[in-house]
Amino acid sequence: MRRYLARRLLLLVPVLVGVSIVIFGVLHLSPGDPAEIMLGSQATKEDLARLRESLGLNEPLPVQYVHWISHVVRGDLGRSLWMKRPVLPEVLGRLGATLLLTGTALLLSTVGGLALGVASAAWPRSWLDRSSAVASLFGASMPSFWLGIVLMVVFALWLGWLPASGMYASYGGGGVGDLLAHLILPAVTLAAASITIIARLTRSTMLEALGQDFVRTARAKGVAEAGVVLRHGLKNALIPIVTVVGVQAGYLLGGAVLTETVFAWPGVGTLMVQGILARDFPLVQGCVLVVALAFAVINLAVDLLYAWLDPRIRYE
Amino acid sequence: MNSRALWRQGLAVTAAFALVAAVLAAVLAPVLPLADPDTVDTPNRLRPPGSPGHTLGTDEFGRDLLARLVWGARVSLLAGAATAAASMLIGVLLGVIGGFYTGWVEALVMRLTDILMAFPFILLAIAIVGGLGPGLRNAMLAIAIVGFPIYTRLVRGIVLSLREREFVEAARALGAPDPFILARHILPHLLSPVIVAFSLDVGFKILATAGLSFLGLGTQPPTADWGSMLATGRQFVILSPHVAMLPGLAIFVVVLALNLVGDALRDLLDPRS
Repeated sequence: MRRYLARRLLLLVPVLVGVSIVIFGVLHLSPGDPAEIMLGSQATKEDLARLRESLGLNEPLPVQYVHWISHVVRGDLGRSLWMKRPVLPEVLGRLGATLLLTGTALLLSTVGGLALGVASAAWPRSWLDRSSAVASLFGASMPSFWLGIVLMVVFALWLGWLPASGMYASYGGGGVGDLLAHLILPAVTLAAASITIIARLTRSTMLEALGQDFVRTARAKGVAEAGVVLRHGLKNALIPIVTVVGVQAGYLLGGAVLTETVFAWPGVGTLMVQGILARDFPLVQGCVLVVALAFAVINLAVDLLYAWLDPRIRYE
Repeated sequence: MNSRALWRQGLAVTAAFALVAAVLAAVLAPVLPLADPDTVDTPNRLRPPGSPGHTLGTDEFGRDLLARLVWGARVSLLAGAATAAASMLIGVLLGVIGGFYTGWVEALVMRLTDILMAFPFILLAIAIVGGLGPGLRNAMLAIAIVGFPIYTRLVRGIVLSLREREFVEAARALGAPDPFILARHILPHLLSPVIVAFSLDVGFKILATAGLSFLGLGTQPPTADWGSMLATGRQFVILSPHVAMLPGLAIFVVVLALNLVGDALRDLLDPRS
């Protein structure tokens, strides 16, 4: 396992280098002068020259990249032009909120998707199975930002059960209960599509596992049905499910940007969108880099989980 | 054919009709008897659906919502179809090259797709728009770039397995040049999986472009597009929920129809799955 971990960590290096080149490239290869884009058309020549100098924009691109990446590896992501503060503490300050939202949504979609998928496989063609099929079609077709608004209108505005937006109440908030109440709507919105995807995959892999000989043997031995489904069926269906949960984790991390905007959730996504609208390149670069890094770490964790679940993978 | 298959077929036909209706409305928008989508009429702002002269009500500037939805369909449908087509063209080309030619070309193509897939989809699109600047054209470009790796992976996998098959080897032994083998023996096999992937991808791309417009990074005002209509309608959701609900419903119905048609196409073209 240790050798596998070392190999996976080594493989991460070229991907991260590539990711950093892409992030640097997309923000620097854009048409026009970045300094002019950032300062707007009203800027004076002196201001433009000063900004170009301070950002090192007069150097050739490869030199700029080396300069930027050498600062990045030391934890210096530059200064935000709009907030006039270092980027890294700003992004890290928001990362907690994004990870909380993404993590909760992942937990919801995994637990909900597994339960729904196992039940659909245990009772195929039941009303539960059919409604889960319809729900998955709806989940794949519904814009998450629209679902968020619908949930907000129903549960916050009409029924008044849950707060409409933000992370804490403006007055008298701040406790765990307050945070959880604010978390429910965005987490459900974000998780909705993933629940249905995980449920459908769990159903099909479970059906396959339940059709195997060892399941018939277990039944013949007189193992209780719940034991057959969970211990013999689910355990053997887990590998593909872990794959899709891993894919969904990345999807949720990206989708969080939209959900955060709908619910004014103070995460990296809202910060990044504000950064783009303010043409604050260092801030946008920092946000994308931190989220891409988080995504790489999640992928690594999923791979390690595989290797732990299925020892054959370690010796490939 | 059992009742379930019949029901699915009926559903797919209904979905196809809904799609044709949406496309026709979008194409014929200039000749349909609709109000001007950009005419501001503030005394009549935020009218509910069913108001005289405004079947679906009006938005925050008193603009007719039905007209804006129909004109918005032009932007949203075209953006979805065009970005999916662009992703498909780049992706298929790179997938064929990466699958057919081994060595550094293949390595380069595959590393590029690996790196692009190392980002959450919408995040990279947002970053590219960040570099190019907000606007519909840039948003479409970003989504097309971010979307091609799925086609590359799909096509490369098929080409890799085809390359070793006897009929390709036979063609090569007879001295057929590469372009001939690609056109005559490889491309026909790619047709149906790519058509199925494309039909499902258009809906996904409509959602993605609408998402960027919703964030303010796509279509800019006053142009109507379903995503940006939803974004502005959100501010009036307490008093007039219909302004945000209707464009969202339009996206949902069209994408649902595309998914149903895509599933039916898959059943038709690839009966094994």
